[in-house]
Amino acid sequence: MTLVSPSRASRLALHWPHWLSLPMMLGLLIVGFWAIMTVAAPLVAPYDPLDLVGRRLQAPSWEHWLGTDALGRDVLSRTLHGAVHSLPLAVMVVALSVLIGATLGALSGYLGGWVGAVIMRLVDVTLSFPPMLLAMAVAASLGPGLGNAAIAMVIVWWPVYARLMRAQVLEVREREHVEAAVASGATRPRVLIRHILPLCWTPVLVSATMDLGQVILLAASLSFIGLGATPPTPEWGSMISDGASQFYSWWVALGPGLAILTIVLGFNFIGDGLHDYFDPRSE
Amino acid sequence: MTRYILRRLAAMPFLILGVVTLAFLLTAVTKGDPLTAIISDRQMNNPEVVAAARAKWGLDRSLPERYLIYVGNLLQGDMGTSFITRRPVAQDVLYRLPATMELVIAALIVGSSMGITLGVLAAAFRNTVVDHVARLFALIGSSIPVFWMGLALLYVFSVKWGIMPGPGRVDPRAALPPSVTGFLTIDTLLAGHLRLFLDALWHLLLPAFVLGWAVAGTISRLVRANMLEVLSREFILTARAKGAGERRVILRHALRNTLVPTLTVIGYSFAYLLTGAVLTETIFSWPGMGSYAVEAARGLDFPAIIGVTIVGGVIFLITNLITDVAYVVANPRVRLG
Amino acid sequence: MMPATGTTPLFEVRDLRVTFEKRGRSLEAVRGISLHVAPGEVLGVVGESGSGKSLGMLASIGLQPRGARVSGSVRFKGRELTELPRAEMRSLRGSRIAMIFQDPLSSLNPVMTVGAQIAEAVWLHNPGMSKRAAMDRAKDLLALVAIPQPDRRISQYPHEFSGGMRQRVMIAMAVANDPDLLIADEPTTALDVTVQAQIMGVLAELQQRLKLGMILITHDLGVLAGHADRVAVVYAGRVVEEAGVNDLFARPGHPYTRGLIASIPNMASQTDRLFSIEGSPPPIGTLPPGCPFAPRCPMARDICRRDAPPMLFEGAHGAACHFAFDRAGRAA
Repeated sequence: MTLVSPSRASRLALHWPHWLSLPMMLGLLIVGFWAIMTVAAPLVAPYDPLDLVGRRLQAPSWEHWLGTDALGRDVLSRTLHGAVHSLPLAVMVVALSVLIGATLGALSGYLGGWVGAVIMRLVDVTLSFPPMLLAMAVAASLGPGLGNAAIAMVIVWWPVYARLMRAQVLEVREREHVEAAVASGATRPRVLIRHILPLCWTPVLVSATMDLGQVILLAASLSFIGLGATPPTPEWGSMISDGASQFYSWWVALGPGLAILTIVLGFNFIGDGLHDYFDPRSE
Repeated sequence: MTRYILRRLAAMPFLILGVVTLAFLLTAVTKGDPLTAIISDRQMNNPEVVAAARAKWGLDRSLPERYLIYVGNLLQGDMGTSFITRRPVAQDVLYRLPATMELVIAALIVGSSMGITLGVLAAAFRNTVVDHVARLFALIGSSIPVFWMGLALLYVFSVKWGIMPGPGRVDPRAALPPSVTGFLTIDTLLAGHLRLFLDALWHLLLPAFVLGWAVAGTISRLVRANMLEVLSREFILTARAKGAGERRVILRHALRNTLVPTLTVIGYSFAYLLTGAVLTETIFSWPGMGSYAVEAARGLDFPAIIGVTIVGGVIFLITNLITDVAYVVANPRVRLG
Repeated sequence: MMPATGTTPLFEVRDLRVTFEKRGRSLEAVRGISLHVAPGEVLGVVGESGSGKSLGMLASIGLQPRGARVSGSVRFKGRELTELPRAEMRSLRGSRIAMIFQDPLSSLNPVMTVGAQIAEAVWLHNPGMSKRAAMDRAKDLLALVAIPQPDRRISQYPHEFSGGMRQRVMIAMAVANDPDLLIADEPTTALDVTVQAQIMGVLAELQQRLKLGMILITHDLGVLAGHADRVAVVYAGRVVEEAGVNDLFARPGHPYTRGLIASIPNMASQTDRLFSIEGSPPPIGTLPPGCPFAPRCPMARDICRRDAPPMLFEGAHGAACHFAFDRAGRAA
């Protein structure tokens, strides 16, 4: 390449990692903030999230930056503590869904036959429901509580990864090095684990990262309608629900709403960045 | 193509049966006692009342029996009786379905117009401020919890500024027209109530925007990506070589070539809209299936939960089928093969 | 150096450069192409893929890809095109200057009927015309390029046409407004060998009948033998030789041209193997100092690796080689 004018941008570009685009950086910053909060919330929050620390329904002030709720608890402290529940829960739900979905999907893709068919029909039927309705029905059947909401979300989410993993395995299975491994007498489990699976993970993990935001949204939605976290847990969805019943005290729902918006936006930024990075068509 | 459609149609009964079975099985794992929803706490200690209630609602049969009874009844259009409303679930759902459909269709119109406009703008002005703003706006739409945005918009536009109506489908003091389609916007027109029609439309605006913004993000992202892909194709160069202006190149040549994938993503958005409708209806006191489902789930009203879940699943299956078939019919390249 | 007719050139490109900015670096893909076409003349532009011949011609009529910077002078009937407002440039494109492309399938809009696409070309430049009249004109144009049953064909989609028929449609679209200049970018490359000659026949006949000035871009010098009046040879983003077609074949001045001639199948048939130039053209931006062809040139000397050769002329025949026209003489 003829280096006509090596501008300052070009020298910067040499040291700037290609994957760290602006949205990616924003996303990492936001998600990083909330990830730190899952540990640091008790240290950073001005008050205990469960304590009645002030007058009821106080508007934002220097003492209570985001005001107080109907019981006189500090909304900012509760919002920061919300991360303690939401983020680990979402990670757990996605991890379990990936584990179950990817295992069943890989089995279905590699074994085929009636096992594969049964798995895929189960996937088809589960994906035939609008996710929220199914999650609600499952959560209602299991009873309230964050744990049950988590199970409900895993039930809704695993088929997504099963379908993705199966498609990957079907594609990789046809590659030459797999045929070579089979020809050289490798056992079937060994072929699957050593030769096929390592090449299938990338899209599954990328899509799992992108889904974290959606899972947080779904969890908050379940809590909002009373099927997730139970009071007095400082969970964003149920805090917004408190805000809905204190409609004229707008600040009650402001903090948790912004929290959900930012963290989901953060994950979507990261997802966009990953998408651009892995998509060969992008400029 | 005909074979594809027939195959998809043939699979439908099995998928619907699967949906029914799965929905039914959910209630079998329940830990909560649905009896608490039927009889008052004091009477829980009265064995006679409890036994009578169990018998009446079929709760004393074995699971397979209950399943067969349920499927048998379902085939006759009977989804059991709601524990809460004490009315047949089928009747409740039929009564509430139009309100949801009206909201979802309005949201689909709002969402697709927003999504397509944003996507086209972003692609036409790619890597400029317009592109970044359009993408951010779309991304916020898919990141914001609809129930929070609903609250916020109601607070700002209805309470603070008073320029938008409050929750509900129409002014609560208004006399409703006879229900023909169940769509208030259509029924009011049929009855010749222009004022009521405008009022219904006015009430529809905020919830449709809240719900529509959420899907606009997905649609605009896809439209942008497709537009960029189409704009890099050679016939775009041909159009420019013909002397077509940028506007014409974008709207007539590029946009028309993204129509099929756009329609597809709009079709698939239905699932998201049904999901979002549950929450939007709760915020806007919209008397649709979503708020019904929430009441049922909160009250452990199992016949209602199963009923709504099945109806939701079937609607979803049908819209996806229509979308897939439309894709095959509309796409000349698939049609060729 | 005016063409034989002695009139002002119809189309004249001078020192055209196309540069891309990528991650802060400037890549020059076209490094100063100069050429000219007289009214009714056919100029062949030949070069390997990636030599910048297509890009340069696209850029000359304002069709460069996004992010490309174009400099130099382009004159059409004496008007400077590079300074023209966009709307005026647009009104020239498709009416006075038309273009056809390599792959007729991807060059036609798959979701518009062939008739609509031709009619669009007509009424874009005849604003007052009714759609019906434009359609009638489209039918006539289909007949002009010898597509049978134009009444029926006009409402069909591109995928219902064969490759050769599609290229005829492209040609019909290009000549819709009776242009003065037609730029044909590898018009037969994507077609079956059997229809290549037919399409060249259609082009040649229309060129004669409509007295078109034409720029015929190709990587195959053989195509130009029967169809071009003059030839410009492009290598690494620059014209390295230009001459009347007979003169070029008889006395090629540049070793690259000689390589191209030797690699034409029927010309090489006297020898037992098909000649090909060794190596490949330098990728954009990695040009060596001196003559860009030197690394592949069988007769390169020290001077070739040091100094870029100027264009040497012998009459109207020019070649950018230190040893052009007297290669035996100064071979020291």
